[in-house]
Amino acid sequence: MSKRIDVKDLNVYYGSFLAVEGVNINIEAKSVTAFIGPSGCGKSTFLRTLNRMHEVLPGARVEGEVLLDGDNLYGPGVDPVTVRTQVGMVFQRPNPFPTMSIRDNVLAGVKLNNKKISKGAADALVEKSLRGANLWNEVKDRLEKPGSGLSGGQQQRLCIARAIAVEPQVILMDEPCSALDPISTLAVEDLINELKDEYTVVIVTHNMQQAARVSDKTAFFNIAGTGKPGKLIEFADTTTIFNNPSQKATEDYVSGRFG
Amino acid sequence: MTTNSLTTSQGAGRAGDKVFSGATLAAGCLILVVLFGVALFLVVQAIPALVAPPADIQGGHGFFAYIWPIVLGTLIAAVIALVIATPIAIGVALFISHYAPRRLASGLGYVVDLLAAIPSVVYGAWGAAFLAPQISPAYGWLASNLGWLPIFQGPASATGKTILTASIVLSVMVLPIITSLSREIFLQTPKLHEEAALALGATRWEMIKMAVLPFGRPGIVSAIMLGLGRALGETMAVALVLSSGVLTASLIQSGNQTIAAEIALNFPEASGLKVSTLIAAGLVLFVITLGVNMIARWIITKHKEFSGAN
Amino acid sequence: MTVTAPVARKRSALTKGQLPAFAPYIVLAVALVLGAAILALIGFNAFGWGLVSAILFTIGLVGWSAAVEGGRKASDKLATCLIVGSFLVALLPLVSVIWTVLVNGIPGIITPGFLTTSMNGVTGAFDNKSVEEGTKVLGGVYHALLGTVQITLLATVISVPVGLLTAIYLVEYGNDRVLARAITFFVDVMTGIPSIVAGLFAAAFFFVVVGPGTKTGAVAAVALSVLMIPVVVRSSEEMLKIVPNELREAAYALGVRKWRAILKVVIPTAISGIASGVTLAIARVIGETAPILVTAGFATSINNNVFGGWMASLPTFIYTQILNPTSPSNPDPSSQRAWGAALVLIILVMLLNLGARLIARIFAPKAGR
Repeated sequence: MSKRIDVKDLNVYYGSFLAVEGVNINIEAKSVTAFIGPSGCGKSTFLRTLNRMHEVLPGARVEGEVLLDGDNLYGPGVDPVTVRTQVGMVFQRPNPFPTMSIRDNVLAGVKLNNKKISKGAADALVEKSLRGANLWNEVKDRLEKPGSGLSGGQQQRLCIARAIAVEPQVILMDEPCSALDPISTLAVEDLINELKDEYTVVIVTHNMQQAARVSDKTAFFNIAGTGKPGKLIEFADTTTIFNNPSQKATEDYVSGRFG
Repeated sequence: MTTNSLTTSQGAGRAGDKVFSGATLAAGCLILVVLFGVALFLVVQAIPALVAPPADIQGGHGFFAYIWPIVLGTLIAAVIALVIATPIAIGVALFISHYAPRRLASGLGYVVDLLAAIPSVVYGAWGAAFLAPQISPAYGWLASNLGWLPIFQGPASATGKTILTASIVLSVMVLPIITSLSREIFLQTPKLHEEAALALGATRWEMIKMAVLPFGRPGIVSAIMLGLGRALGETMAVALVLSSGVLTASLIQSGNQTIAAEIALNFPEASGLKVSTLIAAGLVLFVITLGVNMIARWIITKHKEFSGAN
Repeated sequence: MTVTAPVARKRSALTKGQLPAFAPYIVLAVALVLGAAILALIGFNAFGWGLVSAILFTIGLVGWSAAVEGGRKASDKLATCLIVGSFLVALLPLVSVIWTVLVNGIPGIITPGFLTTSMNGVTGAFDNKSVEEGTKVLGGVYHALLGTVQITLLATVISVPVGLLTAIYLVEYGNDRVLARAITFFVDVMTGIPSIVAGLFAAAFFFVVVGPGTKTGAVAAVALSVLMIPVVVRSSEEMLKIVPNELREAAYALGVRKWRAILKVVIPTAISGIASGVTLAIARVIGETAPILVTAGFATSINNNVFGGWMASLPTFIYTQILNPTSPSNPDPSSQRAWGAALVLIILVMLLNLGARLIARIFAPKAGR
């Protein structure tokens, strides 16, 4: 249960402003792909086009194709809501629903869509998802407590549990550790390594060490200057990007000469 | 090419989105329709009074001869109320924002909000039963010592039910409005500006003059305008307190009338052309307050765009 | 090794040229004594004593400060005196209003039957009798209380859906479009509509649609809705705006439809603020007199039908009892009833205000951490 993503000639616009230009990338199923690059290079923007979350911002639109196992996300008649049930997302800052308990947070994707689910099935789903997010042992005794009472790292893993409870094919992560302390970051990174056994994982990160630690392949995005569109510069195996990049800009970036 | 599996969507969710956003849009439009309706229905009902022969209107000289003294009365009452309320309101706002101990400040703000919560009819009753008799000796003193001023010309009303009393009651009612808006603005003064002033060795008052008041000026102006809108449209304070009559210059004799009170006092028993006349008067009041409020909002919006607080 | 000479104890250079800390208390005591003396000459009353003492205190403190500390410190002291003084002045009417209502209202409210009977059949003759023979004042506010509750309830039922949906449109769907900006602008304009004009609108509307002279509780409820809707829109809008965008995105990313995300995530998060805003809006319109005066007429008996017949309300009851006493020759019983009704009304408004604060506190999302 995981799908591959193929992107063909994708341009992303905010109104008339071209934010990301001409991206072609093939993301394998059951792999971890990291997007790195300086701030404002469009990597988060591009990530959000992979489950049509960019549409939430007014004026955002795309040209080109994003194929999920051959199905175009932007084809005629495609329901963005269906896309998002297949491509889940975890955000920069942990954002559990403050009005819901831990249990209800995990079940949010099911319950908010008003799907009927039996008590037993719900319990099983909660346990499976929380185990999947390495959180079960820490919260199993306080499932009815509010999710906002957990630590930052636990909250972020709760958000991951919430995302996998919907049983998506792909999980997108937008700098999932940038608001976390090093110990929590380690817990989330360990989790990412386990997730790739079942899911296709795409992660945006500012932290090059993190990209090197968790990803199989790495894509480097860059921007020529303010007001210019972001571009995909290089996409290769992570070891290649960090040890033997083919582009000068990539080498400069990973060796810390800018960014 | 195979069929795209993503085009399937579960349930009737998609229709739900349309229905819900449609409902919110309809509610928003309803408000525009209502406001348009307010203007339209008032105009429709007012037309008979505007086109009627002058002799049929109360007073016998046509609508404009009828309306201008009470428009003037409305303006006099509202302006006096503001002249009284504004300095006190700004003082109170400064007290709460910059003088009162931090822990007391929010509680004191609540006390001022209580002033706004008291129903207008209670203020009217208080003005008529308590304030007017208490204040009438002062009017006697004003008449005998400052009677050479047209506004204090005697003989002073023995009951104290004059336009000045009504204005004082109005000022109590607009005070919390001006206070709460000014207080919000004062609290938004950039801390950097305040600390810069204090670091230069300014006293607290100099700091307020240098940093707080210049920053808050547009906010104060619009707060005053909103207070003016309230004072112009307030009914009960005037209807219960003022012993009304023809337009007079003296503020301490009975006389004068405001539009809102004129309507409240006469509408319940009115019929025929009198109803139209009163609705036309209401239309005039609507237009005046609309103008005042729009100017106030315009000042606020303009201020927002250039505010240093962002 | 150097031996530090003991520093001679002297007044700190930093406090030189300042008034001692107890200076204001001395000036206050002198001002109070002087004020009492002056008032004793022209006839003593507490208000005058306070006023004269405050003026003397200001002059004394500022003058002393000017002599010792110089002009800048003196003008600072003057500003402080004026600002504190303005706060005290603002408290006067509040205390006076509440005191007047309590003193005059309690006799009315403790009269047996005041809260449970209407004015049906109570004529001037009964009032004359109660004044002449000292019997209890007949009649009460039951019909007015009932009318106020019904009219306000209907107004709430109209205003809350319209106001809340509009706020949702503005925050979730508006996207700063021209229509959204127009609605925001006109909602602001609506908050400034004089209450009597709102009443006239409802009256004019029903005169045209139903027939001339239509006066019922429902007309009054429409008038109150015109006043209430903008308040509900503004407060709900503020509350929806402070719901973090991250929660909406989290819901969308789970494949949740926008309307479900709004109903199940955004509104529950903001519900405490919305509910307390609605309660405050009710508190605002429950005391409105003028719009009811021109829309619901006056009734002296109980009317359970909002859609038919004239209806009384607490504010109009107060107004008519003061302005047109039941017995013109003996207005005291009417005045007693009016103040009793005013006390009931103020208690209602205060309870609603208190309720709003409690709601905000109880339903606030648990912070947890």
